[in-house]
Amino acid sequence: MAETARRSDGFDVIVVGAGPAGTAAAYTLAKAGIKVALIERGVYPGAKNVMGGVMYSQPVGAIIPNFWDEAPLERHIIEQQYQILSPDSAISGKHRSTQYAVQPHNRYTVLRAKFDAWFAGQADAAGAYLLTNTVVTDPIIDNGRVIGVSTDRPDGDLYANVVIVADGVNSLIAEKLGLRPVIDTVNMALAVKEIVALPRGKIEDRFNLEGDEGATIDIYGEVARGMVATGFIYTNKDSLSVGLGVILKDLVKSGLTPYELLDGMKNHPTIKPLLAGGEPREYLAHMIPEGGYQAMPKLYSDGVLIAGDAAMMVNGFHREGSNLAMTSGKLAAETAIEAIEHKEFGARAMSAYKTKLNNSYILQDLRKYRKLPGFISSRPQIFNVYPQIINDAATEFLTVDSVPKKQKQWKIWRQIVKKRRPLRKLLRDIYEGWRAFG
Amino acid sequence: MNIVVCVKQVPDTTQVRIHAETNTLIREGIPSIVNPYDIHAVEAAVAVKESAGGRVTAITMGPPQAREALKEAISLGADDAVLISDRAFAGSDTLATGYILSEAIRKLHSESPVDLIICGKQSIDGDTAQVGPGIAQRLGFTQLTYVIKITEIDAPGRRIVVERQLERGHQVVEGRLPALLTVVKEMNEARYAPLPNLIKAAKYEPRLFDLAGLGLDRSQIGLKGSPTTVRRIFAPTPRAGGAIIADQSQTPAEAARLLVEKLQADRLL
Ligand SMILES: Cc1cc2nc3c(=O)[nH]c(=O)nc-3n(C[C@H](O)[C@H](O)[C@H](O)COP(=O)(O)OP(=O)(O)OC[C@H]3O[C@@H](n4cnc5c(N)ncnc54)[C@H](O)[C@@H]3O)c2cc1C
Repeated sequence: MAETARRSDGFDVIVVGAGPAGTAAAYTLAKAGIKVALIERGVYPGAKNVMGGVMYSQPVGAIIPNFWDEAPLERHIIEQQYQILSPDSAISGKHRSTQYAVQPHNRYTVLRAKFDAWFAGQADAAGAYLLTNTVVTDPIIDNGRVIGVSTDRPDGDLYANVVIVADGVNSLIAEKLGLRPVIDTVNMALAVKEIVALPRGKIEDRFNLEGDEGATIDIYGEVARGMVATGFIYTNKDSLSVGLGVILKDLVKSGLTPYELLDGMKNHPTIKPLLAGGEPREYLAHMIPEGGYQAMPKLYSDGVLIAGDAAMMVNGFHREGSNLAMTSGKLAAETAIEAIEHKEFGARAMSAYKTKLNNSYILQDLRKYRKLPGFISSRPQIFNVYPQIINDAATEFLTVDSVPKKQKQWKIWRQIVKKRRPLRKLLRDIYEGWRAFG
Repeated sequence: MNIVVCVKQVPDTTQVRIHAETNTLIREGIPSIVNPYDIHAVEAAVAVKESAGGRVTAITMGPPQAREALKEAISLGADDAVLISDRAFAGSDTLATGYILSEAIRKLHSESPVDLIICGKQSIDGDTAQVGPGIAQRLGFTQLTYVIKITEIDAPGRRIVVERQLERGHQVVEGRLPALLTVVKEMNEARYAPLPNLIKAAKYEPRLFDLAGLGLDRSQIGLKGSPTTVRRIFAPTPRAGGAIIADQSQTPAEAARLLVEKLQADRLL
């Protein structure tokens, strides 16, 4: 190896990307006294990062205890609402608990531009070298082992024993390493989000909140227009995050723009009043890896580990991503720490990462739902036919028109199997759906 | 050459808005950047160092978080940096700031004589362009403002030749060292910092000069030492947009005809 020719900055580990995964890794390493470089292309961490976004406390607290005392958080969530829309109606359900009103709160809304900058600042304070405004362009490979990265800076090569790749959903580095194939658009969602400014008082009135309490709404049905898509509204301190994600393949086929879908949702009769008088402040777009377990890349190789979105670690059904990113970043860091202790950086040493992931909720959950992405993409009707069915049924059921109830029930049933979904298909959907949820 | 370069941390004014009712600047949540002119000052200083040898020391006066500006100067090639910070400095206007900075440079000068001070032409948050000249005056350095080019530096002969950017054309001036330059942004292109500098900057801790360390006269600093009062800040009334007399629905010939008609009607033709 060209050991002598290298500039020796003496880094043990290089982390690519200062999102939740990379920063969690760098923080964990720095705390263990390991010399780590955290390289981020944004002018500051979070500058271009996007999330709904709900941050789950427990996984963050496992990295920075009592983070809620200092971190820039918006609201703690006490209520989760689900809305299932048909063109003119909605069925909704919600869960609200006073248990969520006490510390430690279960989850918080955050704005990533602020949160990521704060989180990376913690890693910096712990001793990590935060190098911003710097794009990692290539891995440096020697004899099949990753020994560093090239950046777009002059004199920009950097070397280390372990490289942790946490550069997000479009992971160029994982692709260049040949660890992940070119992404299939059926496994990618394009998410768009608007930040709509609304006075605090209005938010609290409309969502029935007090102080820093917050609510989330997950929206299904009509927003999808026959595609696989879901929407959301999350409350921030003095704004709402309003957005939706749609499977890229469907979107391309439809010829619609994501703005059109979002506008459709914002103008739905049950959604519109929540947003009335709001002022759009920012418009953001980002990809979400939705392929799940089956679409995951190889997670390690000689001298390298992959964490977070770069490894497609998103649990779409539960809307979890940031937590998987942080936990995987932490586990990658722990693997690197052990490797440094044993001075072993080959694939065998790196495979401890896979074991740790297997023992954690990350791979157990992703494996549990492995059939879900395939089930859903082959049945877009879940997102339009069924919302229509249950809304029709509810409307019929609640309309008082002197039709005997038994007759009403028959009418509802006939409508479903004649107009919306034949019985055979309906039973099949139920059976496969049940299986897809593991 | 021993070079001092003055930098200032400012709010990114491209993102500052003016409060509609109170007419004050809304600075909350606005990211801080290094005053853009000062980036060119650092680049000029590093370029002089690279051609004539020597050291570049970046200095800034500001709150503790202003050390971020110094880190940026280090990443752009400065060798050392000094943070001039004390609660007592808060509220200093350009007069008091010029005093504090000149005393800090005097201290550096006593450690190792300073040949050249380089400042940006002005800061984008105050736009006064007074601090650089104020420092030159107090230190008795040759004052060369609006410099667009350093033509020659003759260190043994204690001479410097620069080009100044004037409203109409350039002026070539020769002066004696030590000198203070304020530079315009057309002077150079800021470089993209090399990775080793960035690594050095990441954990760089600047020296700290405070009130006691500089032995300053309390009556000349902070609010007390600042005779300037701001009467009013306002956004200039936006100029009315020009009239559009033709759009894409007209052919070029039609558009030209409309223009001629309009010019004739206004008696401009
Ligand atoms: C609209 C939307 C809503 C979401 N809602 C939620 C939610 O409510 N809850 C939740 O838990 N998750 C949510 N997610 C998912 C969550 O955002 C991601 O799973 C999470 O951000 C993944 O973290 P990461 O660190 O792996 O990647 P990222 O957050 O994408 O970070 C990657 C970082 O790497 C940097 N980078 C990329 N390439 C390079 C390079 N070549 N060189 C240097 N730096 C580079 C990027 O600038 C970025 O800072 C949502 C996602 C979207 C898009």
